[in-house]
Amino acid sequence: MDHDIIILGAGPAGFSAAVGARGRDKSVLVIGNRFQDSPLARAERVDNYLGLPGRTGLELLEEFHRHADQAGAEFVTGRAISLMAWEGFLVTVGSQVYRGEALILAPGVVRQAKYPGEMELLGRGVSYCATCDGMLYRGRPVAVVGRSPDAPHEANYLNSLGCQVVYVASQPPMGLDKKIPFVRANHLVVKGEEKVTALEADGAEIPCDGVFILRQAVAPTDLLPTLETENGVIRVDRNMATNVQGVFAAGDCTGGPLQVSKAVGEGHVAALSACEYLDQLANKN
Amino acid sequence: MMVHFSREGFEKALNEGKLMMVDFWADWCGPCRMLGPVIEDLAEKYEGKVVVGKVNVDDEQELAIRYGVMSIPTVIFFKDGKEIDRKVGVMPADVFTKVLDANQ
Repeated sequence: MDHDIIILGAGPAGFSAAVGARGRDKSVLVIGNRFQDSPLARAERVDNYLGLPGRTGLELLEEFHRHADQAGAEFVTGRAISLMAWEGFLVTVGSQVYRGEALILAPGVVRQAKYPGEMELLGRGVSYCATCDGMLYRGRPVAVVGRSPDAPHEANYLNSLGCQVVYVASQPPMGLDKKIPFVRANHLVVKGEEKVTALEADGAEIPCDGVFILRQAVAPTDLLPTLETENGVIRVDRNMATNVQGVFAAGDCTGGPLQVSKAVGEGHVAALSACEYLDQLANKN
Repeated sequence: MMVHFSREGFEKALNEGKLMMVDFWADWCGPCRMLGPVIEDLAEKYEGKVVVGKVNVDDEQELAIRYGVMSIPTVIFFKDGKEIDRKVGVMPADVFTKVLDANQ
């Protein structure tokens, strides 16, 4: 499943980059959450997008998506959970692996405060991937921290494997299996020394062997630890190139203003830069 | 050459006491499949020096439980039959080569 360019993020920057790269006849795969779940989709009215005033955020997204689709971009809905530079770039979504020669990061703003204990116990009970690690917890108690629209679905999957699931979130979940207990909580702490022993939820301990933390997206800096940031946003030059060769970034992830027109412009520049990078690679070989 | 370990094969290799690098994985795990080529590449590079192998946690659940594998991929290093280090999750190749080079 090889593509010239993989774009992470299905919002204005990602769709714009997809259209730009298709214009240069590159194959493009856009990996992202449903655009209906993008923060822009909740904007009731956008009045400053040139030539198209008065649309809702969702209407704009629908048109951007349609445009990218008609331009021939391909799409995968899901969360990129890991990324590796290896003969280009490999990206995994659940059990699938995708490869691209160049990468454009356009995930938007990933709000990503980690819970106390999360990093210390990552891989020792804390997991970000139900598909990967669910089987290792069969017959054992696990907590699912639901921070994304598809989290209830993942919790149901763990339950179907035979895990004893407790679902923890700040809002009542949609689509959670009725047999799975739901705990409403805001302040979470992952507890354990050598490995996870409990999840503390608003002061009450839920004993468990595993904690699956399911956010909207994994932050780009967690996917690609060598990526440089500045004041919490990805550092790019005027060509939207990051410090990592072959990796470009566009949209809210590079900083403000958090506006559609800025994201669209940057997405286009990132696409052209990625195309140029690919053409240079091709000339070398 | 990379070895696909069964429990018996794994124990036999472990008893020989050589430096070993063992990738615990499963084919329903995307990150594991992504790491696969890296492990295969290292198996070639360290041919004759390090025993590089894979354990499918689906087929060998007992080994996964014995070594407390809680997230895959997990790569465990053994020497003289004992665990000396482990790396959990997808990592670039040099993370593994550092451990191998320090323990040759």
